[in-house]
Amino acid sequence: MTSLRIFAVGGLISFRALFGFMSPWIFVPTLVVTPLFQILLFAYIGRSAGIQDDAFYVVGNAIQYAAVPCLFAMTFTIAGERFNQTLGPILVSPARRLPLFLGRSVPVIVNGAFVAALSLLLGSLVLDVEVPGSAIAPLALVIVLASASCTGLGLVLAGIGLRVREQAVMLNIVFGLLLVFTGANVPVDELPAWMEATSRLLPFTHAIEAARELVAGGTLDAVSGLLVRELAIGAVYAVLGYAFLRFMERQGRVHATLEKV
Amino acid sequence: MSARAIRLARTGAVGWWMNLKMVSQSAFDGLLAILWPLFFGTVAFFMFRAGGDPETLVYASLGAAVMGVWTATSVPAGSALQRHRWNGTLELVVAAPTPFSLTLLSLTTATSTVGIYCMTATLLWGRFAFGIDVPFEDPVALAVAIPTTIVSIGLLGFLLAVAFARYRTAWTLGAMLEYPVWLVGGFLVPLSLFPDWVRPISWLLAPTWGMNAIRDAATGAGSAWPDIAMCVALGAGYTTAGVLVTNRVLAAARRRATLSLT
Repeated sequence: MTSLRIFAVGGLISFRALFGFMSPWIFVPTLVVTPLFQILLFAYIGRSAGIQDDAFYVVGNAIQYAAVPCLFAMTFTIAGERFNQTLGPILVSPARRLPLFLGRSVPVIVNGAFVAALSLLLGSLVLDVEVPGSAIAPLALVIVLASASCTGLGLVLAGIGLRVREQAVMLNIVFGLLLVFTGANVPVDELPAWMEATSRLLPFTHAIEAARELVAGGTLDAVSGLLVRELAIGAVYAVLGYAFLRFMERQGRVHATLEKV
Repeated sequence: MSARAIRLARTGAVGWWMNLKMVSQSAFDGLLAILWPLFFGTVAFFMFRAGGDPETLVYASLGAAVMGVWTATSVPAGSALQRHRWNGTLELVVAAPTPFSLTLLSLTTATSTVGIYCMTATLLWGRFAFGIDVPFEDPVALAVAIPTTIVSIGLLGFLLAVAFARYRTAWTLGAMLEYPVWLVGGFLVPLSLFPDWVRPISWLLAPTWGMNAIRDAATGAGSAWPDIAMCVALGAGYTTAGVLVTNRVLAAARRRATLSLT
C-alpha cells in the first residue's frame, strides 16, 4: 500500500512541485508553438526536395517532439531535486526506489503524449492532413506507447544526470540524435545500414512507422508487431534506467557526489 | 571622430571580445553549438539527396551553415536580460556610465560570432560526410557577406533582447523563434514555396538577405552586393530601433521601479 502511494501520490506531487514553474507562458512557446514549427520546417523541406507528402512529416515530427517533454522532464525529476536541495532527503528516505522512480515517470508519459497528440492535431490542421476517424483511437495508443518508450530512455539519462552536470547539453544532443535516427523525416530504410540498425534500437522508430501506417488507413492489427517492438524497447530502457539509477545512487553515496552541482 | 565615439567604439570592441571569451568558456556549450545545426543539416542533406538534385545539396549546405549562426544568437539573446537578473548584475550594468544598449550589443554580436564555429563545422560535415562541394565563385563578396550576415544576425538578436525586456520568460521566445527564422529566412526552403503573406516578413529579416548574399557569392548565381547592402541597412535599422526601445524601457523601469521584475 505504501509503495502504491509512493508510486501514485508521490509521483504526482513531485511532478507538480518540480514543474510548478511551467506556466502557459513557458508551455505554449516551448511545447506547442515550437513543435508546430518543427513540423512546418521539415514539411517545407520535404516539399522543396520533392519527396514525401506532408502527412509523413506531421506524424514523424509530432511523435519525435515528445522527446522534449519525456527526456527533459524525466531527467529533471532528478536534477530538479538536486537543484532544490531535496535530492539527499529523498535518497536517504526508506521509500522503495522502484515505485519512487517509476511513479515519477507516469506524469511525464502523460505530458509527453499530450504534447505529441496536440502537435499532431495542430500540424494536421495547418497542413491540411487528413487523419481517418478510425485511426484516432489507435493513434492515441501509439502516442502513449511512444511516450512511455522514450521516458524509459529518460530514466537512463536521469541516472547519468546523477553524475553529469551539463544535463541540458546531453539532452539536446540525444534529442538531435533521435531526430536523425528515428525516421521522423527520413525513412529508416533510406538511411545507411549502420544507422538503420541503430534506429531499430531506439524509442520512436517503430511507433512512428506504426502511426504512419494508421494515418494511411492501416488497422491496429496490422501494426501490432511494431507496437510490441516499441513497447519492448521502452521496457528494456526502463529496466536499464532503473538499474542505472540505483547504481549511480550507490556511486553518489560512495563518492559523496549526490549534491554536486 | 570625436573622443566619445572612440570611447564607445573601444567599449563595444572590448565588450565583444570579453563576451566572446565568456561564451566560449564551456566546452559542453561549444559542443552543442556545433552539433545542434549538424543534426538538422544532416536530416536536410538526407532529404535533399533523396530528391536527387545535386544543386539543392549545395543550397542546403550553405543554408544549414548559417542556421547555426541564428541558433547561437536567438537563445542567448532572448535570455540576455534574464540572465543578468538571475546573476543580480542587471541593476549594476544599467547604472554604469556605459550605455546599456552597447553592453547588450556587444553580447549579442559575440554570441552570433560563435556561429562561425557552427558554419565551419556544417560546411566540413557536408563536404566530408555527404560529398557536397560548395563553390566559391566570388571570394571577395563571400568574405564580406559572411561577417556582414553574422553581425546583422547579432543585431537582430539585440533587437529581440530589448523587445522582450519586460517579459519574464523571454528565454522561451528566443528558443521559439529558432525554427521560424530558419523557415522564413529561406535557409533551407526557397521563399517561393511560402504563401505570399510570408514574403514581407522575410524581407524585414536581415538573415534572409545575408543568406541570399552568401549563396550568390558562393554560387555566382547573381551579384551579392545588393543583398549585402540590404543586410547592412536592416542591421542599422535594428540598432536604431533597439537603442530607442532600450532607452524607453529603461526610463519606464526606473520610473516604476520594475527593472528586476520581482
